[in-house]
Amino acid sequence: MSSVLYDAQGPRAKRRNILYTVVFSAAALALLWWVFSTLNDKGQLEWVLWKPFFTGTEAWSTYIWPGLKNTLEAAAISMVIALPLGAVFGIARLSDHVWIRVPAAIVVEFFRAIPVLVLMIFGLALFAEYTDVSSDDRPLYAVVTGLVLYNASVLAEIVRAGILSLPRGQSEAAQAIGLRKNQVMRLILLPQAVTAMLPAIVSQLVVIVKDTALGGAVLTFSELLSSANTMSGYYGANVIASFTVVAVIYIGINFSLTSFASWLEGRLRRGKKSTGAVVGADAVAELAAPGEHEDVQKTT
Amino acid sequence: MFDFLEDYDLLGAFWTTVQLALLSAVGSLIWGTLLAGMRVGPVPLMRGFGTAYVNIVRNIPLTVIILFTSLGLYQTLNVSLGADDVETVNFRLAVLGLIAYTSAFVCEALRSGINTVPVGQAEAARAIGLSFGQVLRLVVLPQAFRASVGPLTNVLIALTKNTTVAAAIGVAEAATLMKEMIENEAQLLLISAVIALGFVILTLPTGLILGWVGKKVAVKR
Repeated sequence: MSSVLYDAQGPRAKRRNILYTVVFSAAALALLWWVFSTLNDKGQLEWVLWKPFFTGTEAWSTYIWPGLKNTLEAAAISMVIALPLGAVFGIARLSDHVWIRVPAAIVVEFFRAIPVLVLMIFGLALFAEYTDVSSDDRPLYAVVTGLVLYNASVLAEIVRAGILSLPRGQSEAAQAIGLRKNQVMRLILLPQAVTAMLPAIVSQLVVIVKDTALGGAVLTFSELLSSANTMSGYYGANVIASFTVVAVIYIGINFSLTSFASWLEGRLRRGKKSTGAVVGADAVAELAAPGEHEDVQKTT
Repeated sequence: MFDFLEDYDLLGAFWTTVQLALLSAVGSLIWGTLLAGMRVGPVPLMRGFGTAYVNIVRNIPLTVIILFTSLGLYQTLNVSLGADDVETVNFRLAVLGLIAYTSAFVCEALRSGINTVPVGQAEAARAIGLSFGQVLRLVVLPQAFRASVGPLTNVLIALTKNTTVAAAIGVAEAATLMKEMIENEAQLLLISAVIALGFVILTLPTGLILGWVGKKVAVKR
């Protein structure tokens, strides 16, 4: 698409582009220089502050790895619980019975409209007041509760979009050979929908991994971000170094997940054996917002 | 039963939430449009910058960005964005963090809008001799914006919910107030219900109204 916006460049356009490049690099270099000199002034570029990450394994084994483990653990548990829950609500929203469809819709809309952080804070207080979960475990429980409530409702929409993305002929053919409603869903629609929504599920995993960081910042959950905080206390206020390392780890994980999701999507779209129905990785952003989306069916 | 609410500035907290959302929305709309322009433009360096920015920022948790604005920018590098007292500094830093993060999503929403504009439109615009800037400004972006209202609404709703992350650096918005109330009052369910209701009131109508507007203004094809 981008190439259609401009012509093959003639001499004037080329000169202009060179001018833009020069101006832009000058601005970028000025910004970089400012960052560099400020960092230098504040002594944040001292090798001492960066050394722990490049020599020896202490920083990694004591701080980063345990934090990363907790992050991945919380994300994995949340996904494992939220998936079946989301499937139940997604299917419930497609039910023929109003008394199932409407309550399911209300629950899904409600939890999509509320920030995850609010759900996590609620979870933390809930476990403190009404259960005997030890105070060490409470942050993990609260983070998982918040993530499950929110993501189950997003996944419910993904499941619904996945089922709706299948060609109508699939359920018509299934009904024609005499399958009952629940058989149509269980044997025909769900298996295909699961494949169709894989890219969306993987990119929802990115959202979950990112949201675990809330637990570290607000709920004293000792995950990757909070390990950056601990490190900068321990290694002499190397805030910049710690945050850089942690950010690079997050980018690494999430970028691989995003790339995997778009690879899956491309594979499914090109696939010859399936119907080619896909809930794309980009659809997640839309399905995460409350409100009815007319084009749920257009996500194919 | 609702008596204790009078001791807290509930409306004030939600007003801060709204302010955070609106200021960040305006900022990220501007910066996101510029990024989208760079990403589809003819200058390779700017294209590379736009792509790199979006891919990096989208994959960092917002919490990391917001916390970094406070711990890194303010406390380590003394960037205070021209404010004196800590509260204003934190508010401005939160807005800065939200803009930096949200504009990556605005850029992607606009790009998806640009992709809905038929190739013929841009070709016709080029054929009558418009330059890239003119093609974008006069022909493609006006149509793209109309097609992007839907995706941009989702970004705005996500942004409204994301303002709670500012609680991580102590901005006095709804989630901060919720924590405070839960610590002081034994009314967990009621407090949560009130805060949740506040967010439902903020996000649901936005989705419904702008969703309707989006359908109205979208170019019929």
